[in-house]
Amino acid sequence: MNNPYKPWLAIIENITDEVGGERAIKTFILKFKDKNIQETFSFKPGQCIMVSLFGVGECMFAIASSPTEKEYVEVSVMRHGKVTSALHEAKIGDTLGVRGPYGNSFNVDDWIGKNMVFIGGGIGQAPLRSVIHYIMANRKKYDRIDVIYGARSSKDLCFKEELFELEKRNDINVHLSIDKEEHGWGHFVGFVPDNLLEISPSPENTIAVTCGPPIMIKFVIENLLKLGFSPDQIFTTLEMRMKCGIGKCGRCNIDNVYVCKDGPVFSYEQLKSIKGER
Amino acid sequence: MIIDKNKINAFINQIISDHIVFAPVKNKDMVLFKQIKKPDEMTLDYNNSRIPPKSIYLPQTETLFRFSKNQNINLETPKKDGRTLLFGIRPCDAKSLKILDQVFTGEYKDSLYLSRRKNSILIGLTCHNPSLNCFCTSVNSSPADTDGLDVLLTDIGDKYYVELITSRGGKIVKNFPGFKPANKEDKKKKEEIVKKAKDSIKRHIKSERLASILDSIFENKYWEEIARKCLGCGICTFLCPTCHCFDMQDETAGDKGARIRVWDSCMYPEYTMQASGYNPRPYQMNRIRNRVFHKFNYLPKNNQVFGCVGCGRCITECPVNIDIIEVVNQAREVKKDE
Repeated sequence: MNNPYKPWLAIIENITDEVGGERAIKTFILKFKDKNIQETFSFKPGQCIMVSLFGVGECMFAIASSPTEKEYVEVSVMRHGKVTSALHEAKIGDTLGVRGPYGNSFNVDDWIGKNMVFIGGGIGQAPLRSVIHYIMANRKKYDRIDVIYGARSSKDLCFKEELFELEKRNDINVHLSIDKEEHGWGHFVGFVPDNLLEISPSPENTIAVTCGPPIMIKFVIENLLKLGFSPDQIFTTLEMRMKCGIGKCGRCNIDNVYVCKDGPVFSYEQLKSIKGER
Repeated sequence: MIIDKNKINAFINQIISDHIVFAPVKNKDMVLFKQIKKPDEMTLDYNNSRIPPKSIYLPQTETLFRFSKNQNINLETPKKDGRTLLFGIRPCDAKSLKILDQVFTGEYKDSLYLSRRKNSILIGLTCHNPSLNCFCTSVNSSPADTDGLDVLLTDIGDKYYVELITSRGGKIVKNFPGFKPANKEDKKKKEEIVKKAKDSIKRHIKSERLASILDSIFENKYWEEIARKCLGCGICTFLCPTCHCFDMQDETAGDKGARIRVWDSCMYPEYTMQASGYNPRPYQMNRIRNRVFHKFNYLPKNNQVFGCVGCGRCITECPVNIDIIEVVNQAREVKKDE
C-alpha cells in the first residue's frame, strides 16, 4: 500500500504570465521527474491535481491541459493565498510535488455527436481549457462548438493569445467579452451571462459547460434554462477548501457529497438535489 | 472460555513481550489509553477513557512524510509502527474504529491508518456500568457489542467470561495456558450482567427514519437555536471516537521539514475558509448543522452506519451542555421545510 499523501516530484518546465496585477494568473507547465510516471500519468478533462510546495503547503488545481497532451500537465493559478503566492514566486526548473489525478471528470464520451457550448469567466476557464483542447484534438467526434468567455477587462482575460488564435479557426466559434467598455475592444461588452443571451445557442442536441465565479454561474444557469436547456444538459464544477483530496479530511463536503472525490463536475440536475452550503 | 482474575497480570505480561500494549491508565482524575510496560500500570475499574483510543490509529499529530529541501528534494515515508494490542477497550470505541475503517479504506486507501489497524489486536471489556450519558443501544450497539473486537471479556466476579470473536483473537488466547472452558453457570452470569448493563441505560436517541427527518428540516431556524450557546470550542469533535477530520501542515527547520497531519474540527470557521476569504459555512449554525448531519444523515446515506456509537463523551464534556440526544430528539418535533 502506497502512502497516498506522498506526491511525485515534478519540475516547472515553463511559466506563462496570463494576467498581471493584484489578481495575477500564471500558467505552469509541469513535468514529472520520473519518466515512467510522466508516461503512465493519465487523467480525464475536468480532473484535478494536488500541487505541493515543500515547506509551504498544498493546493488543489483543475488540470488546464488536455489528456491528449501527454508530455506535461498544466495548471493555471490565480495568486490568492499562501501556497498560490509562493507558487507565483517559483521559477522555471524549480521542483514541486504533484499527486492525483483526483475527482470525477467531464463525460466527454457521452457528449460525442453533440454541439458543445462552453461558458467561462476569469480563472474558471482553466478546467474548460482542458476539455476544449481535448475536443479540438477529437474534433470530428463533436458537432458545433461555441466558446463564450469573458473577464473584468481585457487585461484580465486568461489564455488570451490562445483564444485569439482559436477565434481565427472556422471549426470553433469564440465569443469574448469584457465587463466595461475599453478603447479598441471589438467584441462584446457586458457580463458573460448577457453575452450568452446575445448569442442564444440552441439547446437542440447541445451540452453547456460553465465554470467561473459563483455569481456568474448562477446567472449563466438561469439564462441557459431561459434558452430552453434542461438541467441534465448543463454541467459545472464546484469548489471547496480541500486538504487531503481523497475524501478523508472532511472539509469539502456539500450535503453527503465530497467535492474532492465525488466532484468537481456536477450536472445542474444533480446540483438541484444537493442541499447545503457552497 | 474463562480466565481467573488473578491470572490476568500473567496474561498481560505475556502479550507485552511481543506487542506494544495500550491499556486504560489512571491519569490524575481521568483514565486514558496509554502504553503500559507492566500490568500494574493499568486500571480496569473505569467507565470509559476521557479521550477515545482512536488516537492510537489516528494520532493527534503525525508525520505523513519528510522532505529535505537541499538541491535534490527527497521524500521519505515514516517507518511503520510495530504490532499493537489494546487491552480493555469498550465495545463502543471498538465499534467506532469499524466506522473509521470505512472512511480510511475505499478508492483511496490511507496506508498509515490502515497498517496500524491491521497490526493491532483489540481485547474488549464489556461495559458493565454504563455512564449517565451513554446511549449505545440507540445506535445499533450494546454494552457487550463484539463488532470490531478480537476478544471480549466480561467481568463476572472473580473471573472474566471470554468470547473469541476472530481467529487472531483465538490465537492469542490459545497461546496462554490460563484460559479454561466456561461452564453453564459462567455463561448465565455473563448474560445477567449484560442485561443489567443494557437495562441501566436510560437515555435514548430515537433513530427511526432519522436521516429522512433531518433532510426535511435542513432549512429550519432550529439549527440557529441549537447553535446559540455553542462556543465553537471543538471539544465534541476531539473527544468523539468517530470524528476523523484532519488538517495537513508543513513544518520546517532549516533544510529539513515534514508534512504533518493534525486533528482538525468542523466546529472552527477556518476549517472551510477559502483563500479568497469566502466561507461556505460562516456561522456556528452552519457548522453544528453539518456535524449533526454528518453523523445522522451523511454517514448513514454513504456508509449505512451512524457516525455515532453513543459513548456520550460530547455530552459530558461540552462546556455549555449541548446534548446530542436532545438535539436529535427535538429535531423530530420541528416543522418541516416548505
